[in-house]
Amino acid sequence: MRLLSTKATCNSHGQDSSYFLGWQEYEKNPYDEIHNPKGIIQMGLAENQLSFDLLESWLAKNPDVAGFKRDGKSIFRELALFQDYHGLPSFKKALVDFMAEIRGNKVTFDPDHIVLTAGATSANETLMFCLADQGEAFLLPTPYYPGFDRDLKWRTGAEIVPIQCTSSNNFQITETALKQAYEEARKRNLRVKGVLVTNPSNPLGTTMSRSELNLLVDFIKEKTDMHLISDEIYSGTVFSSPGFVSVMEILKERNDTDGIGNRVHVVYSLSKDLGLPGFRVGAIYSENDTVVAAATKMSSFGLVSSQTQYLLSAMLGDKKFTRNYIVENQKRLKRRQRMMVSGLQKAGISCLESNAGLFCWVDMRHLLHSNTFEAEMELWKKIVYQVGLNISPGSSCHCTEPGWFRVCFANMSEETLTLAMKRLKNFVVESTCTQRSALFNGTSKRKSLTKWVFRLSSRDHREQEER
Amino acid sequence: MELKAMDQTQLLSKMAIGDGHGESSPYFDGWKAYDENPFHLTDNPNGVIQMGLAENQLTSDLVEDWILNNPEASICTPEGINGFRAIANFQDYHGLAEFINAVAKFMARTRGNRITFDPDRIVMSGGATGAHEVTAFCLADPGEAFLVPIPYYPGFDRDLRWRTGVQLVPVMCNSSNNFMLTKEALEDAYEKAEKDNIRVKGLLITNPSNPLGTIMDRKTLRTVVSFINEKRIHLVCDEIYAATVFSHPGFISIAEILEEETDIECDRNLVHIVYSLSKDMGFPGFRVGIIYSYNDAVVNCARKMSSFGLVSTQTQYLLASMLNDDEFVERFLAESAKRLAQRFRVFTGGLAKVGIKCLQSNAGLFVWMDLRHLLKKPTFDSEMELWKVIIHEVKINVSPGSSFHCTEPGWFRVCYANMDDMAVQIALQRIRTFVLQNKEVVVSNKKHCWHSNLRLSLKTRRFDDIMMSPHSPLPQSPLVKATN
Repeated sequence: MRLLSTKATCNSHGQDSSYFLGWQEYEKNPYDEIHNPKGIIQMGLAENQLSFDLLESWLAKNPDVAGFKRDGKSIFRELALFQDYHGLPSFKKALVDFMAEIRGNKVTFDPDHIVLTAGATSANETLMFCLADQGEAFLLPTPYYPGFDRDLKWRTGAEIVPIQCTSSNNFQITETALKQAYEEARKRNLRVKGVLVTNPSNPLGTTMSRSELNLLVDFIKEKTDMHLISDEIYSGTVFSSPGFVSVMEILKERNDTDGIGNRVHVVYSLSKDLGLPGFRVGAIYSENDTVVAAATKMSSFGLVSSQTQYLLSAMLGDKKFTRNYIVENQKRLKRRQRMMVSGLQKAGISCLESNAGLFCWVDMRHLLHSNTFEAEMELWKKIVYQVGLNISPGSSCHCTEPGWFRVCFANMSEETLTLAMKRLKNFVVESTCTQRSALFNGTSKRKSLTKWVFRLSSRDHREQEER
Repeated sequence: MELKAMDQTQLLSKMAIGDGHGESSPYFDGWKAYDENPFHLTDNPNGVIQMGLAENQLTSDLVEDWILNNPEASICTPEGINGFRAIANFQDYHGLAEFINAVAKFMARTRGNRITFDPDRIVMSGGATGAHEVTAFCLADPGEAFLVPIPYYPGFDRDLRWRTGVQLVPVMCNSSNNFMLTKEALEDAYEKAEKDNIRVKGLLITNPSNPLGTIMDRKTLRTVVSFINEKRIHLVCDEIYAATVFSHPGFISIAEILEEETDIECDRNLVHIVYSLSKDMGFPGFRVGIIYSYNDAVVNCARKMSSFGLVSTQTQYLLASMLNDDEFVERFLAESAKRLAQRFRVFTGGLAKVGIKCLQSNAGLFVWMDLRHLLKKPTFDSEMELWKVIIHEVKINVSPGSSFHCTEPGWFRVCYANMDDMAVQIALQRIRTFVLQNKEVVVSNKKHCWHSNLRLSLKTRRFDDIMMSPHSPLPQSPLVKATN
């Protein structure tokens, strides 16, 4: 008899994916400015390390919170015993206010409709358990966060059917693609229970347009038992126009005349906006009472530590602080993104124009030997092992076009980012030389390479001048 | 937003609509009664006293003192803030090394340092609740089953079954031998499952037991190990109450059996321990659950699954510091056992004085109270009736044995460690009043001689003297309201 469960012995946890393999390589040889300057620079981790000082200075000004005190009185016992899955009321209130603030207060959230979970990882899985039976499917636009394969499918038995998006229109969701995905699911005899989008997008770093959002809402409106999940975990990282439009705003604008408010659910977390992934603070927001009730009970399997709830209720309850934090954080992200984009440009690399997130969606198609995923893997390995950068290959995000990579910029110092860009440029220059000599030796595909070589060679001259 | 019931059936998953969460059980009705009318010494002295919550509130002061004296353990204080960003940013599911090592050390210490635990086998989870679910996900497929001795913690129905699709098959235990687990009962349960075409993947035991408060002796543990090895099924030992053992005989962990009982064959790949700091240390709010497995594949799988319920690093950091303070831990464990023993003596002593017996126990945060003699009839309906009286008239929330799947009506689990001394006295007073009222009713119904009536009231006055004597300490501390 098989000793363990099927779930334990399969690989639906998705950790054989290159997304995680890159992490492993990094861990074996991590970059350190002093101790290991030739190590691998971690650019595969979407963390926000830019604004810790703001949090630290708030903590310095609010010592009570640290000492488990409220108004000078110890509340340790109360917190230590608090395991109510409804969550600390003051924390939920502060959290919904923060969420509203991020959305420019164009929408408000009811604290009674929030469910606290151990990170967005748990929030997404819990929603799947509530909305889909085993074998039912959700449509997801590609490219998408590799973790979804584990979070949405592994223990739930749910399926993901991709909505193929392409660079032809900057990876936006089209009605055609949506319908095709739905048909594909039907062909596979899968009952589609809804669509899940990440807005702002991971890995694209772009916010969804109003027309995309309306398209999605129209789509689920037609089918009476379909849901729309909007993972808005990066909502606070939008640093330039067009601004962030939440699906909740769209519903409000439409006055929810479609009556679909109970089929739209938002996932949030403080891991990206506040840079606190270690604290495991996630949330599900839904107007559907049954979903809230069921998800609340399920949250027993991953509640947020009461001391963390308390700390954050005080921090997010300080409106002056949150207002300032949101603005300053976005400023710093914008600056950092600009740094990366210009660094990439110097290496002759462009990326998808983005206005959010902690990463860029980088176009390295011109560096591929061939327009294949094998070539993408080859390039990726070179970048990890030779260049010493852990970045995430598009294939791990289920991108349909080879050559795209997600590169994170907010989890390191400016110096490290500069170094990373330099390494990349050096690599590209070296590759060009190699390619050009290969070209002289009469390799094929001359035509397609010519334009590229010409572009690069003119850039080379410019670079030499800059140096 | 109101929706027709039909709509929700199509709209949501079966899991969301069904009853698998187990909250329709009477276990929760008592909580609701308490929630609506909670006892408070000064604000609501006639409210319902919560004795249905197995919390350890007896040692919060020790932990609180430690935290006050160790500000560097918090990443939010001036003393500890240098660690803030690294800790807040750390989401590795291996956990903070210092935390995992401290937990391994603590687990060993609560077992008298008779065995050691390998930190690499420790996996975090969202409380023991999360640990149990993850373990079930790792060991069994939907439709497969775990054997569980009854009576058992009602939460298992949800934790092991709800989202996993795993079944629970009861192993019969009864009062004839103090609810001890026997080989025959195990074999019977296994055979019955086979007959019903249910594939058994494991046996789950809670040691010390909830709700019994007893520990398993060496003989029983050996029997269990032989049984699971023979059947090639897993053994999951929930040792969440390990450090609540307050008197002899001492606690024997399954880890000790594996180390010491080398004459019995046991494949370690079948053995897993679930643990938590919620009961031993009294901070359920911090959600510290642990899976310890001797099976590498289970450790790996559980670790990946722990992504769904990691321990907040703020908490990991604090507890790493606390549990690495050897002097504190030693003092804490000794004092905790002392206070639990004291509270146990006071409570069971008070019950004994009105003729209420409890199963002999030496662990846990509760007693398994025998009220069979107060039942109108030896039926579960009578048990429910009695329970409603206890909640609504005596105004104490206790947990009826039926919610623990006990096969004999009349047993109740009563928690005594989640309140201060004053509340215990008041609870005992109420119980006394109720029992005596009951006795008087019974006596007058039976038309006894007036002598016995007199005798009864004399007894009452003496009892009053003992309970309210000037030398018994009744601190005026405000009650901490249980917020579940």
